[in-house]
Amino acid sequence: MANDTASARTRPQFRNLSLGQLATYRLPPAGLVSILHRVSGVGLFLMLPVLLWMFQLSLLSEDTFDRLRMVTGNVLVKLILVGVFWAILHHLVAGIRYLALDLHVGIAKEPSRKSALAVFAVSLPLALVAALWLFGVI
Amino acid sequence: MATESIGPKRLVVGAHYGLGDWLAQRLTAVFLVAYTLIVVVYLVVVVRANGALDYEAWAGVFVPLWMKILTLTAILALLYHAWIGMRDVWMDYVRPTGIRIGLLLMTILWLIFCAIYAAQILWSV
Repeated sequence: MANDTASARTRPQFRNLSLGQLATYRLPPAGLVSILHRVSGVGLFLMLPVLLWMFQLSLLSEDTFDRLRMVTGNVLVKLILVGVFWAILHHLVAGIRYLALDLHVGIAKEPSRKSALAVFAVSLPLALVAALWLFGVI
Repeated sequence: MATESIGPKRLVVGAHYGLGDWLAQRLTAVFLVAYTLIVVVYLVVVVRANGALDYEAWAGVFVPLWMKILTLTAILALLYHAWIGMRDVWMDYVRPTGIRIGLLLMTILWLIFCAIYAAQILWSV
């Protein structure tokens, strides 16, 4: 151990990212999937009571069902719901990828990069479909 | 890392106590995927039979007891899944013990509130 002290002084250090670096730090696709899995999970956790409240309105009676339709008619609410749909879809698709990785399926560098890109290729178009449906385009 | 030791030599750390939670998060995830597929297919069937998803058709989905129980089980699985995830997030980003314990406690209360709310909603149909 004593011999290590001399070389430790010149050893390069890699610190945690500072907040300022976040804007310019380029994550690989798998890293992006990972952090967005977290962001979407936390977002859904925070939205739980709101979503339960909407679920309640939808079930309680014909009147509350209509009230929910009015609430979701608001553009701002629609935008929030697009976010919720994206969060569910990203969390779901990325989660399936993680289950595969846990089973040691596709853990090599290239396959895992491709599956990370595939997560976006599936979740983003589905989120777009949800958005178009919410805004009454389809 | 554990720096506090009990006794002169022994470090007291848990042995694989994280494995149970890790596994529970995966099992609840698989169950939630299955539940999602069941409900989506069920709703497609209901819409096809009804023409549209009006109040009667939608509320009718949650009237049978088996659907209430299945849905509540899925929500409880979701809440346990969320507990493990949020616990990991707090452990990763929040160092001060007091704040961390406070956040963990608030997370538990938040999830218990959601569980009771969900049960109340389902049994009001």
